[in-house]
Amino acid sequence: MSSSVLFDTPGPRTRARHRLYGVIGAVVLLALLGLIVWRMWETGQFAYELWEPFVTPAYIQVLLVDGLLKTLQMAFLSIIFAVVFGLVFGAGKLSDHSFVRWPCWLVVEFFRAVPLLLLIIFIFYAFGVGDGFGAYWSVVFGLTLYNGSVLAEVFRAGIQAVPHGQGEAAYAIGMRKTQVMTIVLLPQGVKIMLPAIISQCVVALKDTSLGYYITAPGLTFVGKQIYTEFGNQLQTVLVVASLYIASNLVLTWVATWVQHRLVGEKKQLEVSVVGAPSTGGEA
Amino acid sequence: MDDIANDPGLVLNAFWVTIQLAVLSGLASLVLGTLLAAMRVGPVAVLARFGTVYVSIVRNTPLLVIFVLVFIAAPTLDLLVKTPFLVKGVIALTIYTSAFVCEAIRAGINSVSLGQAEAARAIGLTFGATMTQVVLPQAFRATVPPLASVLIALAKNTSVAAAFGLAEATARMRGLTNNNADDRWLIFITFAIGYIIIVEIMSAGAISLERRWRVTR
Repeated sequence: MSSSVLFDTPGPRTRARHRLYGVIGAVVLLALLGLIVWRMWETGQFAYELWEPFVTPAYIQVLLVDGLLKTLQMAFLSIIFAVVFGLVFGAGKLSDHSFVRWPCWLVVEFFRAVPLLLLIIFIFYAFGVGDGFGAYWSVVFGLTLYNGSVLAEVFRAGIQAVPHGQGEAAYAIGMRKTQVMTIVLLPQGVKIMLPAIISQCVVALKDTSLGYYITAPGLTFVGKQIYTEFGNQLQTVLVVASLYIASNLVLTWVATWVQHRLVGEKKQLEVSVVGAPSTGGEA
Repeated sequence: MDDIANDPGLVLNAFWVTIQLAVLSGLASLVLGTLLAAMRVGPVAVLARFGTVYVSIVRNTPLLVIFVLVFIAAPTLDLLVKTPFLVKGVIALTIYTSAFVCEAIRAGINSVSLGQAEAARAIGLTFGATMTQVVLPQAFRATVPPLASVLIALAKNTSVAAAFGLAEATARMRGLTNNNADDRWLIFITFAIGYIIIVEIMSAGAISLERRWRVTR
C-alpha cells in the first residue's frame, strides 16, 4: 500500500535518506532566510524608527480604517455589483435566443480577456477624472466588470451542473422557463456556485490593490504614503502584505467551510478557460 | 488617433515588451513552479511544508504588492539595484505565477488515481516505467487546462508592470490616452484587441493540445 501515486511507502533506509534530504533542505532554507536577515541587518532595516509607524496607534488606525477598511469596502461593493452583473449575463448566456446569447457571450469574453488594470485606467481617464466619479469608483466599476464576467461564467457552469433531470421534470409538470430557472435550477445551482463566488472575493480583494496606479484609496495607497514619509519601504510592504494575507486566509477559510457544508467533498466547479468555445445554450 | 495612425510601431513595440515579459516569466515560473510542485508532493516533510507555506503566502498577496517588494523595497536592501526593469518585472511575475503553476501541476498529479500506480506495479512495471508510461502522461494531460488558465492570467498580469515604469502595452495606452483624449475609445479598443489576440492565441493552443491528448476513460 502506498499513499502516493509517485512513490512507494518508504522503508527504513529510504526514510533515513529522506531525513537527510530534510536536514539538507532545512539548512539551505535557513541559509536563505539568514541571508535575507543579514541583508536587512547590514542595511539597518531593524532600526526602530523604520518600524515605529506600525506600533503608533494613529498610524495603525490609518492603516486599518483608511487602508484595510476601504479595501474591503471596494472589494465588497464590487462583488455585490458583480453578482448582479454575473446573474444577468450568465442567464443571458443560457438564453434560448441567439440574439440574447451572442451579445452576452461577447461582453463576458471581452471583459475576461482584457487586463483589469487596462480597464481601470480607461474607466478612470474616460469617466473618473475631473468632474467624474473619481478613482474609488473607477476601481469598483473595473472590478465589477471583470469579476462580473467571471461570475457570469460561474453561474452558467453552476446552472449546468444541476442534473438535467431536474429541469426536465420541472418542464414536465408544466412550469414555464422562468419558473424552471428561478424555482428549480437557481436554488440548487447557488449551492454549487457559492464556494466559487467566495473564492472570487479573494481575487477581488487582491485586485483592489491595482487602485495604486490611479491613486485610489486602499491599503497599497496608504502604504505608499507611509513609506514616502518614513522611507521604510520594506517594513511597509511586509505589513501591508500580511494584512492582505490575513484577510484572504479568512475568506479562503470561509469558502472551504461553505464548500464542506453545502457541497460536500465533491469536486469544485470547473469554469472554462477564457476564449474556450462557447457551450452556452446546450443545456 | 493620429499618433497610432502615424506610427503603428508605438503599439507594436509596447506589445513586444508585454510578450517578452509574458514569455520570459512564463518559462521561469514553469521551472520554479515545477520545482515547488515536486517539493510539495515529495516525501521530504521539510520541503513539502516550505512549498505549502510559499504557495499560501504568495497566492494571498496581491501581485502589485510583490511588484512593490521587488521594485521599491528590494533596493533598500541593496538588492537588485542596477537590474534592468524588464528583469525585475520578470522576477516579480515569476514569484507570483510560480505559486499558481505549482498548484496546477499538483492538481494534475492528484487527479491520477492511486489504482493506476498500483495496477502498474501489479503487472510488474518498474518504478521508471510506472512513472513514464502510466502516471506522468495522465498527470500531464490533466495539467493542461489549469496551466493554460494560469499562463493566460500571467499574460494579463504583465499589465501591472505599467505601474512600475515598464513601457509595455498598458503603460503605452495610458500615455496615448493622455495625449489624445478625444480618441480614448479607439485607443482603448486597439489595446484591448491586442490583449484579446494574445489571450485567444494561448487559449486556442491549449484547447488544441487538450483535444490532441484527450484520452477516453
